[in-house]
Amino acid sequence: MASFAAYQNNCPFVKNVLLLDSEGKRVAVKYYSDEWPTLSTKLAFEKSVFSKTQKTNARNEAEITMFDNNIIIYKFIQDLHFFVTGGDDENELILAAVLQGFFDAVSLLLRGNVEKQEALENLDLILLCLDEIVDGGMVLETEASVVAGKVASHNADSGAALSEQTISQALATAREHLTRSLLK
Amino acid sequence: MAQPLVKKDDDRDDEEYSPFLGIEKGAVLQEARVFNDPQLDPRRCSQATLVVDIDGVACVQVITKLLYLLNQGETFTKIEATEVFFAVTKLFQSKDIGLRRMVYLMIKELSPSADEVIIVTSSLMKDMNSKTDMYRANAIRVLCRITDGTLLTQIERYLKQAIVDKNPVVASAALVSGIHLLQTNPEIVKRWSNEVQEAVQSRAALVQFHALALLHQIRQNDRLAVSKLVTSLTRGTVRSPLAQCLLIRYASQCSEGIPIQVIHESGNTQPGDRPFYDYLESCLRHKAEMVIFEAARAITELSGVTSRELTPAITVLQLFLSSSKPVLRFAAVRTLNKVAMTHPMAVTNCNIDMESLISDQNRSIATLAITTLLKTGNESSVDRLMKQITNFMSDIADEFKIVVVEAIRSLCLKFPLKYRSLMNFLSNILREEGGFEYKKAIVDSIVILIRDIPDAKESGLFHLCEFIEDCEFTYLSTQILHFLGNEGPKTSDPSKYIRYIYNRVILENATVRASAVSTLAKFGAMVDSLKPRIFVLLRRCLFDSDDEVRDRATLYLNMLGGDGIVSETGKDVKEFLFGSLDVPLGNLESSLKNYEPSEEPFDINHVPKEVKAQPLAEKKAPGKKPTGLGAAPTGPTSTVDAYEKLLSSIPEFAGFGKLFKSSAPVDLTEAETEYAVNVVKHIYDGHVVFQYNCTNTIPEQLLENVSVVVDTSEAEEFSELVSKALRSLPYDSPGQTFVAFEKPEGVAFGKFSNVLRFIVKEVDTSTGEAEEDGVEDEYQLEDLDVVAADYMLKVGVSNFKNAWESMGDDCERVDEYGLGVRESLAEAVNAVIIILGMQPCEGTEVVPSNSRSHTCLLSGVFIGNVKVLVRLSFGIDGPKQVAMKLAVRSEDPAVSDTIHEIVASG
Repeated sequence: MASFAAYQNNCPFVKNVLLLDSEGKRVAVKYYSDEWPTLSTKLAFEKSVFSKTQKTNARNEAEITMFDNNIIIYKFIQDLHFFVTGGDDENELILAAVLQGFFDAVSLLLRGNVEKQEALENLDLILLCLDEIVDGGMVLETEASVVAGKVASHNADSGAALSEQTISQALATAREHLTRSLLK
Repeated sequence: MAQPLVKKDDDRDDEEYSPFLGIEKGAVLQEARVFNDPQLDPRRCSQATLVVDIDGVACVQVITKLLYLLNQGETFTKIEATEVFFAVTKLFQSKDIGLRRMVYLMIKELSPSADEVIIVTSSLMKDMNSKTDMYRANAIRVLCRITDGTLLTQIERYLKQAIVDKNPVVASAALVSGIHLLQTNPEIVKRWSNEVQEAVQSRAALVQFHALALLHQIRQNDRLAVSKLVTSLTRGTVRSPLAQCLLIRYASQCSEGIPIQVIHESGNTQPGDRPFYDYLESCLRHKAEMVIFEAARAITELSGVTSRELTPAITVLQLFLSSSKPVLRFAAVRTLNKVAMTHPMAVTNCNIDMESLISDQNRSIATLAITTLLKTGNESSVDRLMKQITNFMSDIADEFKIVVVEAIRSLCLKFPLKYRSLMNFLSNILREEGGFEYKKAIVDSIVILIRDIPDAKESGLFHLCEFIEDCEFTYLSTQILHFLGNEGPKTSDPSKYIRYIYNRVILENATVRASAVSTLAKFGAMVDSLKPRIFVLLRRCLFDSDDEVRDRATLYLNMLGGDGIVSETGKDVKEFLFGSLDVPLGNLESSLKNYEPSEEPFDINHVPKEVKAQPLAEKKAPGKKPTGLGAAPTGPTSTVDAYEKLLSSIPEFAGFGKLFKSSAPVDLTEAETEYAVNVVKHIYDGHVVFQYNCTNTIPEQLLENVSVVVDTSEAEEFSELVSKALRSLPYDSPGQTFVAFEKPEGVAFGKFSNVLRFIVKEVDTSTGEAEEDGVEDEYQLEDLDVVAADYMLKVGVSNFKNAWESMGDDCERVDEYGLGVRESLAEAVNAVIIILGMQPCEGTEVVPSNSRSHTCLLSGVFIGNVKVLVRLSFGIDGPKQVAMKLAVRSEDPAVSDTIHEIVASG
């Protein structure tokens, strides 16, 4: 995954997307930049991101911080911590849109029940969701309902997670959950 | 890797259940075998003899487990990966969409090798032509990710089709894959530009975004094509905010391509003159915040942006400052912070909003707000700001504190009158908890303030002394002690520092003790009245437990004559204590290595003094002022000192007296030419020496007898004395050649044309040996001017008003000048500062935007060591006519007149 530098000056580029739990452990992570070549550098990065953001209140609005020439946008819900990292010359709002897309899509897919255990039980959905949002650092789609729709349609036939409802119903209830949690 | 994590899970209370509890790689790999041979476990993947019926749910679970392991950082060995890969490929037989999706993911994660790719190619190609959009889109992404060039030509046709597919997901998949492939197979992707062009017009928002990104990358080396593309799109409709952001980036790049002069020559810079400015400005009214911000940021980053162009961008950023979204506030304050570096006045309107951000929950935002305010603040607001910062400092991280400390340092240099409150602030935070980098930043700042603001010296040294009383960092203690040794003896009451220094000898580790001994010796050498007491202290050090400390004490006692032995002359002692080693360390090192043990002792005088490697000029280049402790002891004159040492080591120049000034290096060649030459002008009272730093950039050549032939026909007052040629100039190792001139005492100007003359010899690069015979050759260099600024040293004064008044009006000369039509007041002010080469004081070199008049204060030392102060009053009228009143005060009326002559002729 080398040589991204060649086009990241022009194009919005996402360096990584992280989903950690309330202790900073991985639930699902995806790196698109070769800035962290080894597992230990990745874990070190996650650790410092987690410890630097841990005490902040990112439960209502997405929060932002900057270190080591990276911008990190993050949002927490229950025991899950969502992060999106970009370079320091990136448009913060584009990264925020990616985070929001990921966050909302996960909420839709987990039908508003966004917490670690639910996420792990539906890890396949979370991984597919990541795959549909960013491809090799390029933003693929940021509209949560579209992302969730793409992921859910794969599972329609398998009938596993969403069997008792149709997709549209599921999305509707999820959206309801979401608005309710936002209004809280 | 996952193992320890899992272990921990076990230890915790059983309440938290994880579907992956106790997961083990070996077991999961075993499970994955069921893909291969579904019959083994019919419960999971049942198979009737020919009709394949795979249990999708169970297989998805197994793949999820594999992906979970990979995600946790577990790695598969080559064999394991191959095994899993082959097992997974079997699952292509299933019709289950969800399972297929997981198979795609798994293949991407495994990044199979070329011979493995062939196995799945046909399956993926089948999916690429499937009726199901999801299959098509994802198969394209997978195949493009794992494919190599040869396969790509086979599938190229399908990819071109996919780009213009009516399903946006398929089109986007093909386009994004194209963007990735462009890095590895540009020649293939470039053939798709017609299809991509068509996709740019797509109705689907994201297809347009991806197509635009790809098209721009295909054409990015063709300026004209990019410009056309941008022009047509800025007039058309761009649906997605992301695509709009891209377009803004491309548009601002296009306008950067056009040199600013062209814009300026076309008259006064109206905002509309800049290509695409109108477009950028219109984006400030877009409905998506992402686009508004992108446009505002692009405008602030335009090169040579005028305050008029900036205003609308600043206005929207100001609105963002009070947004409820932290991301928006952060983005705005970060951009404004950057603007404040170049256009502080443009940001002052935001100061009220900015001040309310100091208490922002998000400390990154608060820090940026503070540093912006420190950059834009005026003298009267300093005290209020400091009060707010003091409360804020305790609850931010060290790295933010360092940023704040640096901002305060530059603020203090801008408003030297405020040094007291700023210095107090620094000493307060120095006493608080903090890591090494943070403490070092504070100490560096105090050192710089001491150096640049004479009034701050005593209090600054005192704060440093207090600090080393309780300093846990050996490095900082020794650096401070060294600095104290150089500066302390020159203060009004040196004795008060002795206590602090001797405390180090009693309390600290060996390294600090040794440097404390050296510092004591320096006090003893400089202050005669303290000598007897210093001897007492040094004698106590003779019984130290550490060798280095004892040795130093013995050495210094001998040198200073403390043991009753007849000491060397005072000058030698000072030379030894304060002088730096006058041979380059590299040379000393190689001489020592070459020294073979013999009867004859090693003689340091035989070490060559010529600087071989990097010329001094290049070391000087990065920043004029050496920052921090490393350079502090020798002060701002360190490079001058080095030049002086270099020059005085050349016997021909020894009689020229004291070096007055060395200019910054001036390039005499373009970058990237065969021979790179720059020149440093060394000014003496009655002489000028040009030091030509030459670099030979051709590996196949060796230059010998390199000299510069100087034509002085346009510099009649100068006559050439000596030309010192460089014996040889091998590839990539810079060397210097000198030419010295005699000139009348005081000021003389002239233009010099230069020709580099040398003998060139061919070098065999394989053996590195040069041929015997060389050819004489010449190389034309650019002309060099000796101007007024060369005779002026930039020396600031801390309080201009006091200095001005104490100078008196005996030698004051006042006159008025018309400067003609100027672009702006700022440009006129800058031009005069450059002509005079003086140090602007109290931040008066910054001209507020839109102001009609301005006063600029300059100070400097003119050749002959004459202090000069200048007060410039500028006024501008409607048609950009600039008038200037120049008031000069100096210690010598003749110099005051000279300054006027310089300005009149400039």
